[in-house]
Amino acid sequence: MSDSRNAVLGNLRQSLRRSDDRATAEHAVEARLATHAANLVPERGRKNRVGLIELFIAEAAKVDVTIDRVDALAAVPRAIAAYLSTHNLPAKVTVAPDPALDAVPWQDQPTLGVRRGNADARDAVTVTGAFAGVAETGTLVLLSSPDSPTGLNFLPDAHIVVMMADRMLGTFEDVWTRVRSRGEGFMPRAVNWITGPSRSADIEQTLLLGAHGPKKLHLVLIDEPGA
Amino acid sequence: MQSTTRLFDDNSRKALADAPLQQALGKLSSNFTVKRALAAARLPEFEALRDQARDIKDHVLAHLDIYLERFEANVVAQGGVVHWCRDADEARATVLAICHEAGARTATKSKSMITEEIALNDHLEANGIEPIETDLGEYIIQLRHEHPSHLIAPAIHLNKNQVEATFRAAHTDLPPGRNLEEPRSLLEEARAKLRRRFLDADVGITGANMLIAETGSIVTVTNEGNADLTMTLPRVHIAIASIEKIVPTLEDATTLLRVLARSATGQENSVYTTFATGSRRTDDADGPSAFHVVLLDGGRSSLIGGAFQDMLRCIRCGACLNHCPVYGAIGGHAYGWVYSGPIGSVLTPGLIGIAEAAKLPGASTLCGRCEAVCPVRIPLPRLLRQWREKEFEQGLQSKTARFGLGLWAFLARRPQLYRAVVGVVMRILGRLARRHGSFYNLPFAAGWTADRELPAPEGRTFIDQWRARAGGHR
Ligand code: SF4
Repeated sequence: MSDSRNAVLGNLRQSLRRSDDRATAEHAVEARLATHAANLVPERGRKNRVGLIELFIAEAAKVDVTIDRVDALAAVPRAIAAYLSTHNLPAKVTVAPDPALDAVPWQDQPTLGVRRGNADARDAVTVTGAFAGVAETGTLVLLSSPDSPTGLNFLPDAHIVVMMADRMLGTFEDVWTRVRSRGEGFMPRAVNWITGPSRSADIEQTLLLGAHGPKKLHLVLIDEPGA
Repeated sequence: MQSTTRLFDDNSRKALADAPLQQALGKLSSNFTVKRALAAARLPEFEALRDQARDIKDHVLAHLDIYLERFEANVVAQGGVVHWCRDADEARATVLAICHEAGARTATKSKSMITEEIALNDHLEANGIEPIETDLGEYIIQLRHEHPSHLIAPAIHLNKNQVEATFRAAHTDLPPGRNLEEPRSLLEEARAKLRRRFLDADVGITGANMLIAETGSIVTVTNEGNADLTMTLPRVHIAIASIEKIVPTLEDATTLLRVLARSATGQENSVYTTFATGSRRTDDADGPSAFHVVLLDGGRSSLIGGAFQDMLRCIRCGACLNHCPVYGAIGGHAYGWVYSGPIGSVLTPGLIGIAEAAKLPGASTLCGRCEAVCPVRIPLPRLLRQWREKEFEQGLQSKTARFGLGLWAFLARRPQLYRAVVGVVMRILGRLARRHGSFYNLPFAAGWTADRELPAPEGRTFIDQWRARAGGHR
């Protein structure tokens, strides 16, 4: 295969007439990669915290995300139990092993079955945290890790995300700044931008929710007073 | 994939008589076209973002050799493997070898035009590996042994009755009396069928909308979530992409994504955008344990630096198809190869040769709507004209067309003679049609008059009338 590598690169260099300018070209590439400068960032995502949350809620609603706002982590089990019963979903959830969800007092809802771990094929409902919300398009960003296995985001019928309001960002550029701040090897195996529940319009251009991924995406947003 | 572009005329005739296809095409303008316009209008920066998207791709193409090396180094640093392939044969062999090495029997696939280009499914099947398309539209056409007819809506040519018949024929284990009347029940059936396949697959094959040099990531964009199940569940993930899919940084990818979904479907963002980097990390609960990127050249390295380089900016959004009156009349299959619509007419001659694809550059009215909506501002009409010139230079047009063009060129270079000849012809035509004002059949123009009338000239040319007016002077 190294023959092919040389052939492809050789052909490219010939097409690009790359010879004396090689150093300059490399320099341009290095500089661009090192500075990873933002391009034009839409104004829409530049707002204060309150504005961002309003924008997120408006955008997410357009893509069929349902949102429940509570004022403390302690209120999460009751909110989830209520959501499940309203939507006729089983009172059984698989919760990501995310430490941010350790303090949720699940025992307050004795009728709610809770398992911590990755999703398996039979799980109807999963609960995860999120790395960030992005107001510009109502998108949730999840990073894969032992605390946040990717299967939880794609296998269930309903995916519930529990997120603190202070994770709300304006734009995707803000997300990358935060991902980069994780340091060396900042990219996890998967960065998932999720904008609404799964859908398809492949049959007669009729839009239907729930193609392969979750049919429902629900956000429990925690606005802690004073946070 | 084997091309049938030589049969373009026949294919088009068939397409015009295909009722479900015509019905589907009729919906394009009220669907994709309207939604794109609304999304573009909602984002004040949209036009400026298109300029930047174009500039990013131009910058990449001018430095593609170096970016590819950086991309490779970063994939390797994350424990992945990059396979370079000159052509379709090498790419097919590479994917097959990875599947064999993994002891694979089945491979799930999410939508990838490159795998269409290299006819991967046939190759895997012939070698004992079952490929399973998982995008709903792709799944339907795989069952029907057809090819995609649109970049982002592969089964757009079918109606729900055809899908129902296909499912009844394929899913024989399900009760024959089941109700499949509604698109919803068809979707549910496909979801249930494919769920098992996702869980059982040994290898997952995805395309990639972009490759990020900075991080060695591949980017997939779907609305269904099938690319994610394809890459998360099996032991091995193979991403296959052509070399021009590189972008420098995460920020550059973000800019392109802002114009991609809006141009494609009018969504602000597609449902799932995934940046996949390397294989499963230590302690991860899921993800593939091996990550391969198969890079296909497929003739692209020779197009760079030449007159057709601009077409390599394409991000496969499908907007030019949705806005093209020719695509809107005949759909995708008539084009006879993987890519259809304006981008197909420009790309196909570049990838399989103008001799094979000589019919395609003519399949355009050059109305310019494609260029007006292309998110990376590819000058599609100009590129089409360039191919027409090449076609003429190489003598690939029909004798009649060459004779006609030759005659016109002869006259056009001799204005006196031109005016004299045209003047005579106009007078004759004007007299012949005096009664109706138009022709219902004309001996040498049956192709026109068979379906519509030809308005008759008034009997005098423009120049005659101009001269007659106020002495022809201002
Ligand atoms: S040529 Fe432009 S409009 Fe057509 S598919 Fe490519 S990017 Fe989209």
